[in-house]
Amino acid sequence: MKKILMVQLLVLLSACAVEPWVQPYERANLADPIMSFSRDPISSSYRKHVYEAREGARGGEGSQGGGCGCN
Amino acid sequence: MSFSVSAAVLPEDRADILSHSYQGGGIDITGPSILVRKGDDKTFSVYANHYVDNISSASIDVQVLGASRYSEERVEQSVGMDILHGKTIMSLGMTNSDENDYEASSYNFGISTDMFGDLTTITMGYAKGKDDIFRTQYVGGVRTRESGFHEEAIRQSYSIGLSQILSKNFVLSANFETITDEGYLNNPYRQYRFVSGSGDQYRTEVYPATRTSRAASIKMNYFLPYRAAIHYKQRVFADDWGIEANDSEVGYTHPFGEYLILELRYRLYSQTHADFYSDLHAEQSTQVLDFRARDKELSTFNSTTLGASISYEFAKNGWWIFDKASANIAYDYIKFEYEDFRDARVSLNDDTLVGNEPLYEFTANVMQLYISLWY
Repeated sequence: MKKILMVQLLVLLSACAVEPWVQPYERANLADPIMSFSRDPISSSYRKHVYEAREGARGGEGSQGGGCGCN
Repeated sequence: MSFSVSAAVLPEDRADILSHSYQGGGIDITGPSILVRKGDDKTFSVYANHYVDNISSASIDVQVLGASRYSEERVEQSVGMDILHGKTIMSLGMTNSDENDYEASSYNFGISTDMFGDLTTITMGYAKGKDDIFRTQYVGGVRTRESGFHEEAIRQSYSIGLSQILSKNFVLSANFETITDEGYLNNPYRQYRFVSGSGDQYRTEVYPATRTSRAASIKMNYFLPYRAAIHYKQRVFADDWGIEANDSEVGYTHPFGEYLILELRYRLYSQTHADFYSDLHAEQSTQVLDFRARDKELSTFNSTTLGASISYEFAKNGWWIFDKASANIAYDYIKFEYEDFRDARVSLNDDTLVGNEPLYEFTANVMQLYISLWY
C-alpha cells in the first residue's frame, strides 16, 4: 500500500515539472536590457515619486516596498 | 523588486548618480540621488540610496492662504539586501525620510521565486512604516517646529505579483497591492473653504483617521522583429475614501547603433474625487467625523505625460574598474487639468464670485540627468 502511495505521489509531483515552452537558449531577446520593466531603477523610482506626490492613486505597480516620505 | 528574465538572478552591481529637477505649479524641486549596489554574484546583493529634495514652493495652496514662498529640504536614505537561495530571492530593506516637519521610517520584506521552468516568477511583499508629523512656523525668520503639535500615522502594504514569459518576445507582469493607513492623514497646513455670506472662509481640514486602498496593474513588454521594444502598462485603483483612478502608459524603446538608446513614453491618468472633497463646501465642519478636504490631490482631475529618454552607452569594453557605463537624460512634460478644483486666487484679487473662479490647471517639466556605472 505504501509503495502504491509513493508511486502516486511521484506521478503527482512529476506533473508539476512543466516543460518550458520558451527554452533558456531562446531567451536572448527577453534578456536584452531594452525589455526590462525597470532598466534604470534610480530613474523609474524617481518618476514614480513624482506621480505619487501629486495623484491620489498609489501602489500596485510591483516595485520595491517602503515608504516614499512624500506626504 | 524588478523583474529579470530569470528572477533567481541577483541584480547587477552598479552605481547610479542622478540629478533631478521638477518645476511646475509654483514649485521647484531639485536634488541628487545616489544608488549603489554590490553583491557577490551568487548569494547576496546589498544596496544603499541617498536621495535629496530641495524644495522651494509658492504653490497655489500656499498663495491662497496668503503665505509666502518657503524652502525646505527632505533627505531620504534606504538600505537593503537581497539573498539568493536556489530559485528564491528574499529581500529586506529600510527607508528613512527626514524633513523639518515630517519624519518617516519604514521597513519592507519581499520574497520571489521562479517556477514552471523559470517562465513564471511569483513575488510577495510586506512593508510597514511610521510617520511623525509636525508643524512649523516662522520664529525670528527661522522655520521652527510648533511645540505641542506632534501627530503619527502607521502605514502597511501587502503586495503580490506574477511575472510570466509568454513567448520568446513577450513578457507580462501582473501586480496587486493593498495599503492601509491609520492615524493623522491630512496635511496640517492645508485648509478647506466653505461658503460664508457672499464670500468664503477657510478652516483646517478634517480627515478620516483611516484609509485603505487597492491597486492592480498589468505590464507588458514586447520585443519587435528588429531590435526595439514596446511597453504597455495599465493600472486601476480604488480606495475607501471614494477615489477611483486609472492610468495607462505606452512606451517605445529603440536603440540606434551600438551606443544610443531612445525611449519615448505617453501616459494618461485620471481620478474621481474623494467623498469628502469639495472645492467650496456648503458649511463648516462642526464635529470630528464631519470630514472636509480641499486638496487638489483628492479632486477629480486628469494628467497627461509626454516623455523621452536618451542613453549613451560607453566604455562597453571596460574601463578602469568598470565593465561599462552610460550617460542618460530624461525629460517628462506633464499637464494637470482639474475638473472641480478652482483657482481661488482669482476671487481674492478681483470681484469674481466665490465658486465661479476658473478651473485650475498647470504644467510641469521634469528632468533627470544621470550616469550609471557597472562593475
